[in-house]
Amino acid sequence: MSLRIVVCVKYVPDATGDRHFAEDLTTDRDAVDGLLSELDEYAVEQALQISEDADDAEITVLTVGPEDAKDALRKALSMGADKAVHVEDDDLHGTDALGTSLVLAKAIEKAGYDLVVCGMASTDGVMGVLPALLAERLGVPQVTLLSEVSVADGKVTGRRDGDSASEQLEAALPAVVSVTDQSGEARYPSFKGIMAAKKKPVESWDLEDLELEADDLGLAGAWTAVDAVAERPARTAGTIVKDEGEGGKQLAEFLAGQKFI
Amino acid sequence: MAEVLVYVDHVDGAVRKPTLELLTLARRIGEPVAVHLGPGADTAAAVLAEHGAVKVLAADAPEFADYLVAPKVDALQAAYDAVAPAAVLVPSSAEGKEIAARLAVRVGSGIITDAVDVEAGDEGPVATQSVFAAAFTTKSRVTKGTPIITVKPNSAPVEAAPAAGTVEQLAVTVADSSKGTKVVSRTPRESSGRPELTEAAIVVSGGRGVGGAENFPIVEGLADSLGAAVGASRAAVDAGWYPHTNQVGQTGKSVSPQLYIAAGISGAIQHRAGMQTSKTIVAINKDAEAPIFELVDYGVVGDLFEVVPQLTEEVKSRKG
Repeated sequence: MSLRIVVCVKYVPDATGDRHFAEDLTTDRDAVDGLLSELDEYAVEQALQISEDADDAEITVLTVGPEDAKDALRKALSMGADKAVHVEDDDLHGTDALGTSLVLAKAIEKAGYDLVVCGMASTDGVMGVLPALLAERLGVPQVTLLSEVSVADGKVTGRRDGDSASEQLEAALPAVVSVTDQSGEARYPSFKGIMAAKKKPVESWDLEDLELEADDLGLAGAWTAVDAVAERPARTAGTIVKDEGEGGKQLAEFLAGQKFI
Repeated sequence: MAEVLVYVDHVDGAVRKPTLELLTLARRIGEPVAVHLGPGADTAAAVLAEHGAVKVLAADAPEFADYLVAPKVDALQAAYDAVAPAAVLVPSSAEGKEIAARLAVRVGSGIITDAVDVEAGDEGPVATQSVFAAAFTTKSRVTKGTPIITVKPNSAPVEAAPAAGTVEQLAVTVADSSKGTKVVSRTPRESSGRPELTEAAIVVSGGRGVGGAENFPIVEGLADSLGAAVGASRAAVDAGWYPHTNQVGQTGKSVSPQLYIAAGISGAIQHRAGMQTSKTIVAINKDAEAPIFELVDYGVVGDLFEVVPQLTEEVKSRKG
């Protein structure tokens, strides 16, 4: 029987660009170019490796986002995912993490799944809660923050490296997994992969397809509200000295002046 | 006065500092009720009471250690149901955020993560967050349900505020559905004897410029002279020179110490995301054009192999 893997990915503003907020205090998506969240590339990579080790597996890459978010799906398809689902609806603008998890859970159920793979966090919001939210909503085990993952005999196993301990985890499928940036370098799409991706199916679903009402979604339906945004004041220019043999001593003098020594 | 649940982060009853900071914040919005899961509640209760906990709800069950996260959500939910709090505060650890998130779904409440400040507002608690690599500060509120807020370390002072801190046993039934993810084995991490990275007042980090694992003792030496924690940039971690648990940056730890010293770190946006809120920033780098110098209060353009040992010696001699 085929192993159905759904990889959740996010299209995010490039972190090396000058990110801003729009007037409604949501992320300004026009300010900088978007791309597939770097941390989600690790999820795609692990899904590909799990699929390569399985007898028969199919990887669906799933995103919720505006039209441009298709770019993130294309990237994942060119890495080797089999098909894509794009949940797109004007009513979704401003949806928060809880709302997004609701939409993703519905879409994952509609797509059909044995394993959901996520990145550890997005590179824009960096909340890191979505995998846990999905596990709660789907009612399946969460096997999260893995630096090593494998799937065999209907079970997922992995290693979670925490602050105080390293844990070996095990859960029966279906399950939600998230992987860290320690799980293994993501592959680059090959030219062949990029060409093949153009022919792979990308389905578009809206809220009606998912039988969801807009009440809990969008900016108005969000469980949280951003009331104010302020740009962090620029740091005043610091003192910079060139080391001419006394750099360490000069620095010690500064630290002593600041009462750190 | 409304009660505020504070989830306790501890090791066998030794309460970690971020929880004490949470008690300071909780007192601004109500009466703190601490939730202690696992062993050591009596030891913890004394410290929690000293810092303002009016009550300590305690539960211990093997399931908390045998399965990942979900049994603790069952317990926090039991505390939630028992108290009907005005807000729930949880330390922003990886596990803390997961517990808070799942509770939010269960009780139908909004969640705010990684707050760096919490204050009372007309429409409920207002959380400050530092976003987009700390380039912006936002003020947010939970608009549905009971505010569930996770708070980063170093977000508030630890203050003594003696309260009763009476320990009450919390009855918890761990659902079968919460036993989905088994912890098959657990290998404790060896302690370095240095302060915890996210909690430290001073952090000394090394990056690509350190050049190899064999040179990290130079960074450690400076850290030890200052009583600091040791951090590393992603470049140094990816090269295998230092453990991932010490990584400072977007995909590692976010730190906000009184003093941050970056040695041989250029200051890529991903690193800046994890340290930009440090109070005083110092950098040592031989590249005068390194972006880290845009952030510093004091920078030395020079070879870290010359500057750092000299600094370490100077610190030691000044401390006598």
